[in-house]
Amino acid sequence: MIAEAIRRSPLADYAERFAALHEATNGAISIRELPFLTQINLRAQPDQRIPQRLADVLGLALPLTPNTVASSANHRALWLGPDEWLIVGAADEARAIEHSMRDAVTGATASIVDVSANRTVMLIQGERAQELLAHGIAIDLHPRAFGPGRCAQTLLAKVQVIMERRSDDNAFHVYVRGSFTSSLADWLLDAVGRPE
Amino acid sequence: MEPPRWHTNVLIPCPWCGDREEVEFRYGGPVPAGYPPDPQTVDDRAWARYLYYRPNPKGALEERWVHTAGCRRWFRLTRDTVTHEITPASDASA
Repeated sequence: MIAEAIRRSPLADYAERFAALHEATNGAISIRELPFLTQINLRAQPDQRIPQRLADVLGLALPLTPNTVASSANHRALWLGPDEWLIVGAADEARAIEHSMRDAVTGATASIVDVSANRTVMLIQGERAQELLAHGIAIDLHPRAFGPGRCAQTLLAKVQVIMERRSDDNAFHVYVRGSFTSSLADWLLDAVGRPE
Repeated sequence: MEPPRWHTNVLIPCPWCGDREEVEFRYGGPVPAGYPPDPQTVDDRAWARYLYYRPNPKGALEERWVHTAGCRRWFRLTRDTVTHEITPASDASA
């Protein structure tokens, strides 16, 4: 018998519990996994011509302000460091995006690595999503400090995450490493039930 | 004399990410690190001094830190060992 290789996302087992949470909170908090999104780690010197060439390929200008996000129709670029970005695209586009980025930097010094399997993404949204996240995160999530287009690398319930607030005020993307996802999901489900 | 303000939760100013909690950082030791200029010629006593002896002043101490849970960049700052008051270095690059 030959074992079948079936790909499973880290939070595949939580779909029912997330659905029950949505139900129990009347939609005030809803959590959904966005599995297999393309994530490419990019390192390049911002003062060279590479960012411009990549900008043409991705359709966006790499953000140079710390902890901000630039987006186009198909891609988003999250600032991770002064010479480091995370390029995010639709699920299963990694190979195509990686190759087009590699072509754009031919002859220059840059690092382009497919890290899609490193983290999965949780979409946490609803009118009380910010309140829930604030229980486990030290940075100020108020829109005046962490509005749309902002991202941050920080700790959520002691788990290292990348947080991004989407253009809808009440929606967050939380990028979390595969082996930490069940711990974080359990913490989130537990925290919802706690009194304020 | 005004008593020192004791901080139980130190905020460290990352030059890139701004003020973050201390748990997001790792300590990189005092500045300068005091690397022996010519390791081949250093005797045991000097090695021990380099490896195990750290400055322990009461007051300002210049240190290196790394924002491990954030942007993972190294930087320098000056910390008062009595009050934990932190002054970012003017040129923070480590």
